[in-house]
Amino acid sequence: MALEDIIKPENLVYKKPDIMNDNPMHYCPGCSHGVVHKLVAEVIEEMGLVEDTIGVTPVGCAVFAYNYIDIDWEEAAHGRAPALATAIKRLRPNKLVFTYQGDGDLAAIGTAETIHACNRGESIAIIFINNGIYGMTGGQMAPTTIEGMKTATCPYGRDYKLNGYPLKITNQLKDLEGIRYVTRQSVQNAAAVRKTKKAIRKAFENCMDGKGGASVVEVVSTCSSGWKLTPEKANKWMEENMFPQYPLGDLIDKDANK
Amino acid sequence: MSEEVMLMKGNEAIAHAAIRCGCDGYFGYPITPQSEVMETLMEVEPWKTTGMVVLQAESEVSSINMVYGGAATGKKVMTSSSSPGVSLMQEGISYLAGAELPALIVNVMRGGPGLGTIQPSQSDYFQTCKGGGHGDYRLIALAPASVQEMADFVGLAFDLAFKYRNPAIILADGVIGQMMEKVVLPDFKPRRTDEEIEKQCPWAATGRKMSRKNNIITSLELKPEVMEQNNLRFQAKYKQIEENEVRYEEILCDDAEYLLVAFGCSARICQKACEMAREEGIKLGLLRPITLWPFPTKAIASYANKVKAMLSVELNAGQMVEDVRLAVNGKVPVEHYGRLGGIVFTPDEIVNAVKTKLM
Repeated sequence: MALEDIIKPENLVYKKPDIMNDNPMHYCPGCSHGVVHKLVAEVIEEMGLVEDTIGVTPVGCAVFAYNYIDIDWEEAAHGRAPALATAIKRLRPNKLVFTYQGDGDLAAIGTAETIHACNRGESIAIIFINNGIYGMTGGQMAPTTIEGMKTATCPYGRDYKLNGYPLKITNQLKDLEGIRYVTRQSVQNAAAVRKTKKAIRKAFENCMDGKGGASVVEVVSTCSSGWKLTPEKANKWMEENMFPQYPLGDLIDKDANK
Repeated sequence: MSEEVMLMKGNEAIAHAAIRCGCDGYFGYPITPQSEVMETLMEVEPWKTTGMVVLQAESEVSSINMVYGGAATGKKVMTSSSSPGVSLMQEGISYLAGAELPALIVNVMRGGPGLGTIQPSQSDYFQTCKGGGHGDYRLIALAPASVQEMADFVGLAFDLAFKYRNPAIILADGVIGQMMEKVVLPDFKPRRTDEEIEKQCPWAATGRKMSRKNNIITSLELKPEVMEQNNLRFQAKYKQIEENEVRYEEILCDDAEYLLVAFGCSARICQKACEMAREEGIKLGLLRPITLWPFPTKAIASYANKVKAMLSVELNAGQMVEDVRLAVNGKVPVEHYGRLGGIVFTPDEIVNAVKTKLM
């Protein structure tokens, strides 16, 4: 059978979303960002919201998310994405407004913006990539770095006495009255990817039904370069070390059983 | 429509003018001496009439970033604060300038540095005109000297901000913000429709229409050769603003032998000082910069050929005086007179300063 007989629309079982362009990604091999980007793009397309979405990128590795997904974007200052999203959504209430942030951005420098946007019950979605490290700046300690984990600014491993404890911020966000949905997922295998996609879909739907309330999808992620592990070993290290600290599953879903 | 004269504070005039000029959103955080801006908006509840969004943020950092978010979607958005709060906003202001977004910031200045005092001051001239945030950028800076100008400059600042895609600032002070005067508020202008915004701001992130490329609002550019071009574009724009938008007022200048240069509340006090000096036979005039940037350099330079000396009168330790000296370029002596830390000078003190420093 010739190649042109195989490559036909009716034989298509998988394709990347139309709004994902062909720009080569700057992400390292094994990085979770690429998968999560694809899921975000898929959900936007499947919900028919390409013309009605405004995304907010962070400072961190995902700062360039706007280079890969062809929707309207605004790039925030470090940590401020939820403040931008608050205003965008309030001024354009019919749009899907989401932020895409890393752990340093969301849980260190942007803690106040994150907590207050969620507590006000803004109808926004926050995609939170937690890989326990500052990737973009070269692998420094993050608020979510776990005990003993070595980074450029805790080269002998995170020591609670010296550096304090990891901030499990979604555990706090789930208790805020303005919160509607908080979940913690991952993307290291096909089953996990499907669950994360479902979570993103739910978060985005929450933004559009007019009922209000903030939704947060934390994705426990790998940073092979920052962790100095091969992609495969990084996945294993994440499962063995990150998951006990950041157990997967819904932390709160106020629409459940309704 | 007959003009209705009202009596109100400068801060209240800002709020009413914002609603009337079709402002889409205000984001702020309480700080003395400007809290009446947000208090007035919350009392009037414009979201029930014009649809204007008003939100109290968790900090000045957040309010300026809400402004940055709203401005990216082509909306007419603003914030107001006072000196320490505006210091916190500098990062966001730099981002607004770097992403070329129109927005309005109001600074009702108080004495500093640090937490300083809640009394009036003009010590944020440097911060406003020389770039309080990082990078080579400029703010269009309007300095009102009356409650009427507080009301008038809101619409003007928005017009200039959108014309040049650049943030604008109203640099007021505690006197102008707190004092009550008669004012005629601007006529009601409806908020722009989404279609009008799309037309006026084709660059805005409003949700990508398939008929156009996606819009990305960012100040980031890692390629230095492209970033240099971006900066050169900003500089060309700033030059255009300097050529087109200088505003100033000349009071008793025609026959002046000595010239005061003062803005905001200082200009009001200087006006009285000019009258008092003339009663003593001293031909004293006043040049009042209305735009602090672009600065009325040419106008001041032209007076360097006419007067014997100039006095820059400011509620600070000598900030605008540097720009006056640059304009004069050594042709005549330029001195500074100021009071600090929230103390406001009297007209007498200014006349004395003219006698001791210029004559």
